[in-house]
Amino acid sequence: MLRMLVSRLILGILTLIAVSVLIFAATEILPGDVASAVLGQGATQETLAAFRKELGLDQPAYIRYLDWAWGVLHGDLGVALTNKRDILKTLAPRFQNTLFLAGFAAAIAVPLSVGLGIIAAINEGKWIDRVSNIVSLSFISVPEFFIAYLLILFLAVKLGWFPSLATVYQSMSFGQRLYVAALPALTLTFLVTAHMLRMTRSSVLAIMSQPYIEMAFLKGLSRSRVIIRHALPNAAAPIIAVIALNLAYLIVGVVVIEVVFVYPGVGQYMVDGVSKRDLPVVQACGLIFASAFIILNTFADILSILVNPRLRRPK
Amino acid sequence: MTLFGRKPTISAWIGMVIVAFFIFVAIFAPWIAPYGEAETVGKTWAPASAEFWLGTDNIGRDLMSRIIYGARTTIGVALATTILSFAIGMAAGLFASIGGPVIDTILSRFVDIMLSIPLLVFALMILSMFGSSIPTLIITIAILDSTRVFRLARAVAMNVAVLEFVEAARLRGEGNWYIMRREILPNVLPPMISEFGLRFCFNFLFVAGLSFLGLGIQPPNADWGGMVRENARAIMNPMNPGFAPLWPAMAIAVMTIGVNLVVDWILSINARPSGASAEM
Repeated sequence: MLRMLVSRLILGILTLIAVSVLIFAATEILPGDVASAVLGQGATQETLAAFRKELGLDQPAYIRYLDWAWGVLHGDLGVALTNKRDILKTLAPRFQNTLFLAGFAAAIAVPLSVGLGIIAAINEGKWIDRVSNIVSLSFISVPEFFIAYLLILFLAVKLGWFPSLATVYQSMSFGQRLYVAALPALTLTFLVTAHMLRMTRSSVLAIMSQPYIEMAFLKGLSRSRVIIRHALPNAAAPIIAVIALNLAYLIVGVVVIEVVFVYPGVGQYMVDGVSKRDLPVVQACGLIFASAFIILNTFADILSILVNPRLRRPK
Repeated sequence: MTLFGRKPTISAWIGMVIVAFFIFVAIFAPWIAPYGEAETVGKTWAPASAEFWLGTDNIGRDLMSRIIYGARTTIGVALATTILSFAIGMAAGLFASIGGPVIDTILSRFVDIMLSIPLLVFALMILSMFGSSIPTLIITIAILDSTRVFRLARAVAMNVAVLEFVEAARLRGEGNWYIMRREILPNVLPPMISEFGLRFCFNFLFVAGLSFLGLGIQPPNADWGGMVRENARAIMNPMNPGFAPLWPAMAIAVMTIGVNLVVDWILSINARPSGASAEM
């Protein structure tokens, strides 16, 4: 088991390195010149050359990559092209905000969707299963901003329960933050719950159709005992994987939601960076999102190795 | 009436009617739309009336005409993306299945790395480099999306590539290209059809999402995601909230649900072999 854990961990680190190369390559080596992309068509040869020198673009690509990676490892993400501010200083509070929002949504969504998913699986084919199937399918089918604007229209504008824009300040107390971030968190909850519920349901159903479950029923055990003692320990691994996968999805889903609610997080910063063509900002945000994604996925695999009863060794 | 040898269910019929309706609207947009695509005809955010059925948008253009023209751009771009993505993904997937272990490993590991970056984040990075014209948008999303197609195409083709008739073709001395095209492709098509619908939904929502962020299809082209963005402020008005951003958002939702209903039915005819979820 230890060997599996270590090899999974090493695989995660290797993926991180490969992804950092890919991010760097996607933004710097691909055909298309950063300098002319930023300065536009009208730039003269001299300004282009000066700008390239400023960015260090006259160096070969692998040296620039090593420079960049070295900087990232030492907490130096460079400065934004547009306002010359240190990216890390701008990014750190925004990253906290994003984590707060994602954590807020996850705190509601995870217990809700796992519970509902298990209930739907136990009652497979009955009305409660059908209703949850239709409702979750429609939440998956509609764009996230549609749900967001419906919530704004009803809960913020018509009823006035919540603010429609989620402006967060450093000085806000925890309770105030919860109140302000309620609508974006609710939108994210809807999105993620729909995915998670469906995946939890299908992984529990996959376990319930196994021969040993039938065996347990044939032994005359009660339904609740079969589910709690026999099905759940085996369903735990897939359910944990589902949760981690959806937390990773949450990280991405956050981008659009942050823009809708003007929430000062990493996603909004990245979209801003893209529209201003601020490459260092885009790279830094991309790296943060990708790392969070990979770390969560690695974490999911490690947890599912840990909880899988078949991989437990007698002491 | 039967399709694919089966009688469609009611929900499949509803889905087909929705999809057919939107495609009809997209094709005949200039004849159906009461006003021009970029024509300013009224005041800002006029409410729905007999003259403007859904009201007007942020600079006084007729919202319904914009939605009708938007069907062209949004559905067209998503469809072109999905077709290109399938061309790339299936070619690579089939090639991986017969090209030998080295090619398979290289392609699969590369796709694994691509898949470990969230699609939206990856797309944002590339678009920041190239800007977002419609061709760039289509190529970028198609290449990123083809990694998902590759996964399924490879998995299905792997099962076909070990069958006797492929071996027979190889012994006849046929080349890789012939085997891919004539022996494997026809046998992997059925599961790929429902996958096409799912990927279309995904790309459709993705294009709309990017346009909503202001990084997809650019004005003055009407497109549903961009229209939600342009009109978003209408809904925030506390005195008199307007529904302007909800109509294009609803068009997106109805279209996706329509395609999903059809795909669900096709899926129930031929179950996907991988059983994987294409929702992510």
